[in-house]
Amino acid sequence: MDLGPHAAFIWASYGAVAFVLVVLLVWLIWDGRRQLRLLHELEQRGVRRRSGR
Amino acid sequence: MKPMSTDAQTTPQSLTQRLANPTRFMELSGVILPWLSALAAGIILYGLYLTFFVAPPDYQQGETVKIMFIHVPSAWLGMMGYAMIAISSFGLLVFRHPLADVSAKAAAPIGAAFTLLALITGSLWGKPMWGTYWVWDARLTSVLILFFLYLGLMALRSSLDDEALAAKQTAVLGLAGVVILPIIKFSVDWWNTLHQPASVVKMGGPAIHPSILYPLIINAVGFSILFLALHMKGMRNEVLRRRVKALRMAEVEQAARGREASTAASG
Repeated sequence: MDLGPHAAFIWASYGAVAFVLVVLLVWLIWDGRRQLRLLHELEQRGVRRRSGR
Repeated sequence: MKPMSTDAQTTPQSLTQRLANPTRFMELSGVILPWLSALAAGIILYGLYLTFFVAPPDYQQGETVKIMFIHVPSAWLGMMGYAMIAISSFGLLVFRHPLADVSAKAAAPIGAAFTLLALITGSLWGKPMWGTYWVWDARLTSVLILFFLYLGLMALRSSLDDEALAAKQTAVLGLAGVVILPIIKFSVDWWNTLHQPASVVKMGGPAIHPSILYPLIINAVGFSILFLALHMKGMRNEVLRRRVKALRMAEVEQAARGREASTAASG
């Protein structure tokens, strides 16, 4: 695939988009798993919300 | 605690009230999110195929037009993210919608990421096309201000421990900052800018050849669905974070009650 004389700028743009979106995605998945683990630990200790009684 | 009125117990909930319930949101989003993510991935992959194997080089920009296929959707979504924050802020301040602050908080880092990408890809397009990475023209500067607004919203929220106060203050800033959106949109008409005027969303239809417009639209749709999926995931995380916080508070209360009971028994 020949992207012409400005290929480096094109690849850098797509690389930046891929990098930022992957970081965002990994952070969201990690954060979701962390919150679920914390919630599970609290429930294991028998803690219940007031509305849940 | 005052007992609920008979009306509140018997009146059927409206659709908005039912969707406002965080538990119902978690159930619904848990079903939708995998499908939304798969749809976004499929459309983005198709968009990349069109970008690198189908779309012709532009008669002026050459292959550099490929940067536009990600720059334009990033810029649109940077603005859409802020519009989402403004609508959510309005929903919080006026209707006290239980999920409005969750939505505003989740949209901020995602909108900031897309605005940053619009700035980076714009610079990388500008160097070969304009001969410079950056100029202080109205469009570029107003998008940079939008990025700083996102950072300001996140900094303000994280600087306040009281979550209800943080929600209100960021909602006020979010609503006040919405003035940046028409400034960005019309900056190319109001001032002499190096940035070209609107060429897709304009009176009289797009000024782009269909062979370039089609991949651009496909990428824009794919990235928009990705934005919605990321936002939904962010909202789910925030609902879970608030549940964790509520349980920790309940744990502290239980421990305090236990101490009081043992003190009373020993006394």
